[in-house]
Order: sequence, then C-alpha cells, then structure tokens
Amino acid sequence: MTIDLKTIKHISKLSRISVDDEKAKKLAGDLNSIFEFIEKLNKLNTKNIEPLTSVVETTLKLRTDEVKSKNIRNQILKNSPEENEDFFVVPRVVE
Amino acid sequence: MSDITSLTLTELVKNIKDKKISSEDTTKAFIERGEKSRDLNTYITEDFANALEKAKNFDQKPNFDLKLPGVPMAVKDLFCTNGVKTTAGSKILNNFIPSYESTVTQNIWNEGAILLGKLNCDEFAMGSSNETSFFGNVQSPIDKDLVPGGSSGGSASALAANLTPITIGTDTGGSIRQPASFTGTVGLKPTYGSCSRYGIVAFASSLDQAGPMSKNVKDCALLQEIISTYDEKDSTSIDFKRNKYSKELTNNIKGKKIGIPKEYRVDGMPKKIEDLWAKGIDHAKDCGAEIFEISLPHTNYALPAYYIVAPAEASSNLARYDGVKYGFRSKGKNLIDMYEKTRSEGFGDEVQRRIMIGTYVLSSGYYDAYYLKAQKVRKLIKNDFNEAYKKVDAILTPSTPSAAFKIGAKTNDPVSMYLNDIFTVPVNLAGLPAISIPAGVDAEGYPLGLQIIGKAFDEQNILNIAYAMEEKIEFKNKITDWWIK
Repeated sequence: MTIDLKTIKHISKLSRISVDDEKAKKLAGDLNSIFEFIEKLNKLNTKNIEPLTSVVETTLKLRTDEVKSKNIRNQILKNSPEENEDFFVVPRVVE
Repeated sequence: MSDITSLTLTELVKNIKDKKISSEDTTKAFIERGEKSRDLNTYITEDFANALEKAKNFDQKPNFDLKLPGVPMAVKDLFCTNGVKTTAGSKILNNFIPSYESTVTQNIWNEGAILLGKLNCDEFAMGSSNETSFFGNVQSPIDKDLVPGGSSGGSASALAANLTPITIGTDTGGSIRQPASFTGTVGLKPTYGSCSRYGIVAFASSLDQAGPMSKNVKDCALLQEIISTYDEKDSTSIDFKRNKYSKELTNNIKGKKIGIPKEYRVDGMPKKIEDLWAKGIDHAKDCGAEIFEISLPHTNYALPAYYIVAPAEASSNLARYDGVKYGFRSKGKNLIDMYEKTRSEGFGDEVQRRIMIGTYVLSSGYYDAYYLKAQKVRKLIKNDFNEAYKKVDAILTPSTPSAAFKIGAKTNDPVSMYLNDIFTVPVNLAGLPAISIPAGVDAEGYPLGLQIIGKAFDEQNILNIAYAMEEKIEFKNKITDWWIK
C-alpha cells in the first residue's frame, strides 16, 4: 500500500493540522516507510482471535456522581489563550 | 562525608534523619550543581527559589517520620504540578500552568519531598532520544553529544549527573527503561494500573505508566512504595494489595525460575549485548535462580502493533489541544483555520506524524485492518506471556538492542528510531511490570542494561531479582563531569 498526497491531505483535514505541499511530501515519505513496517502484521493470521480490550481483567468501579471540585472557574479560565473573565473566546463562528 | 549530590536516596534520607545534614544544605547542593550543569539542558523549568524556601520551612518544623524528609527532587515535565508550568516538552503547552497536582507527585510531596523543577522529555513523550522536545535535546552525562534516551531523557540525564537524588518518568513503550539503560541507572515500569495516571499528560492511555528512576534498586523500591496507590480519580487504577516494596526487599532469590526468551536474540545484536545477557544469566544462577529457555513467539509483531495502538490513542488524546481553553493559540481566519494553524505550529514533526498515523488507522474503512488487527496481536502477545508464566516467575532480557547513540544519528529515519524499543514495547502491550538495571558497558564504554519482566502485580519479585543481581554485577557509572567548566 502507498499513501499518496491526496490521502495525506485527507488525514490532515481529519486531524485538523494544516499541511502545505512540501510538508505533505515529507509526511507521505515517512508514513509510507512506517506503514511498510506496520504491515508486517498482515503475515500473521488473527482469525478467531478475540481483540484485547483491557490488559487487566477487572470490572470498572462505580462511584457516586457528585461534584468534588467547587469554585474552580477562575482557575480554569486562567489558562485561556485569550483573556476574558467569563468565557473562552474563539474566532467568530456566526456571521 | 562524600559530596551530598552523589549520595543514593537511601543514604540521603538516613543522613537527614540522623540530622547530619539539613534539607536546606541538601537542596542548596542540588541547586548549585544544577546551575553548573545547564549545558546538559535537563531542566525545562527550574523551581529553585521555591525549593529553597520549602527546605528552610522543613528544617524549622522537621518531620522525620516521613519517607522522603525534606528530600529535593526534580520530575519529568509530563506530571502536572500545581502552580508550576507543565509543558510535556511541547510548544503547545509552553504557557500552561496547572491548577491541580498529579496523584503520583502529590504522593511524593506527602512524604516530605520538595520539587526542584521540571525535567526535559520528548514532546508528549513521543521519542526514544529526547530529540523531539520543543526545548531542545538533552545531553547525556555519559559523553558529549550522546543521547540520554527517551522519552524520559531529562530525568535519566539529571539522575545520572547527580542533579537529583531520584526521579520519576513515564513509560509508554520503554520511556523509563531505555533511558535508564542508556545512562547506567535503574528504571521501573510498574504494572498497568499500579500508579495513577491522574494529572499526567496523556499519550496512549492503555499503555502509559509512571515509574521510579534511581541510582540503585533499593531506592527504586522505596519510591515505588510511595507512588503506587489506588486512586479513584483514575478509572483504570487498580485496587490490589501493594507490598511494602523497600521493607520486603530481599536478595534471596533461591529457587526462582527465570525464563530466557529465544526470540529476543535478534539479528544483528551486538556481541557485547549477547555477552552481557549471558553474564546476566550466570549472575542469576549464582544467586540461586533456575534458568529456563522459553518462547514468546509473537515478539516480532509487538513493535508494528505498538505503532498502531499508540498513535491511535495519541491522536484521540491530543485532539484536546485546539487552542481554545489553554495552551498555545495561533491566529486564524475562522475557527477551523485557527484549529489547524494552532496544531500545525504548536506540535512538532514527530507528534504530527503520530497524530497522522493514528488518525489514518482509525479512519473510516481502515479500523478493522489496523486497530482491530493490532488489538488481536496484542492479545496474542499477552497470551505468550501468560503461557511463559506457567513455567517461570520472571523473564530476563537485554533492555535495548544497542547502547546510546550520538545526537542526530537516527533523526531522519523514524523506523530505525522506533527499533530502539523492540525489547521494551511487548511489556507495555501486555501491561506487565519490568525493571532495567545497569549491567555493563559496550565497546565505547557506554552503559547497557538488563531487563527483568515480571507477572502482573509482581513488582516485589522483579525488584528482589534486580537487587540480588545488582550485588553480583557491581556496576559503577563513570561520570567525568565533562560539562562543568
């Protein structure tokens, strides 16, 4: 299998990472050599094998649904890239 | 007394408890050495002034019942520290100051330790040489322009250079054990679920584990005892009965059954590593252990499976870095443009590469061929270990297929970089504990490690084997302080 530039552009759109043509070319080269390596797995027959879902077979614990962190709004907003006391600010989305 | 910074953690704790040295003197010694060692580039953030303040406070009201009374230490910059910048080695978190503390670091401070600062690492822990960090590569104290390994490269380098008496790293595919092996130090990757992942910047959630890195096995056992706790803030934390690892540590491993997996004899393995392994087997026998040849037939498939599972989980975990709530933001024409530019400028090449791989293998039409296939292979690898553990108590292998390499030697070839983790990755895929101990040097004089892999939750057993073998090996790290002018 080869990953072409069109596929790279498609993946970059899905992963929300902008990629120009030069970078796409480099990525295509890297990804092709990585996938060549990954596709060693095709040699292995995995029919009738159950996929692993968790390395340790335990049941998830239940806990009561209660608020434990209170009044942390300011702490959370403190790391916001654009300053505003009340909200996270993003570029305008509604015209 | 010899220089404070060259003491092991155990010696340091004893000296502080015996009131031979104060926390302030200790902290000052590590700060001074840290300041003289900036050329190693181990620190991303120094927190020296606060550390000194805390040390003075400790001395005024000392509590010698604690396990780490007034002991200063630096930690990998992947652990969130309340009020202290946490970057994960990335530009995208360059301005992030957590308002909470990771459980693992909180456990350490609760025992009286003091934060010296945050240590360099590969960006989002993705790398095997600490060359993907936004804050530059780390020098190994072993030799100039040598990589310290990765991703916990800053941790390994700082520890080997005596800038911290002990430290913690994280291990997703070998990121504790490989740098420990490269720097002549001890590193333990605990069983998945042993140490809480709460407050650790996530890379691949089903593989990530925090663990201790130390100058010897005893120190390692002590720190593991402190950081391993059940934590309800991590839904995959496991509530099992934990040993008092340092108290129960023994060099009596008579009758322990140790397996030697034939599949780890890979093509092109340097003779020095084969010899080291053979010598390790002799040491284990000398300690009274019984040696068995075993087979882990799917070993060869571990690395390809890892390079599906880890990027897939990373692409999902790193979706949160969008420039909206925290971290770096780039200007964009509109919301989507802002996301795309933020991520393109904020993430480095290796991280972008892995997000792309992960996105691709999870994308519509490819899930079964890649992710599901990899999870099936993972099952086979786990079954291999389960079979082996019917016959043996632990498994002995080399930690890495080669010693440390020069900075820049492998940066242009991702696959050859990935091959560094060939002996460490199967352990993460199966969720098992494993420890790397220094065992010798290669032709260049660079350290090499041996890895002891245990059954799930059997940290005590591999610590004991490591402890017994350490006594026989008598490894001494040769550090010349070449970077201090």
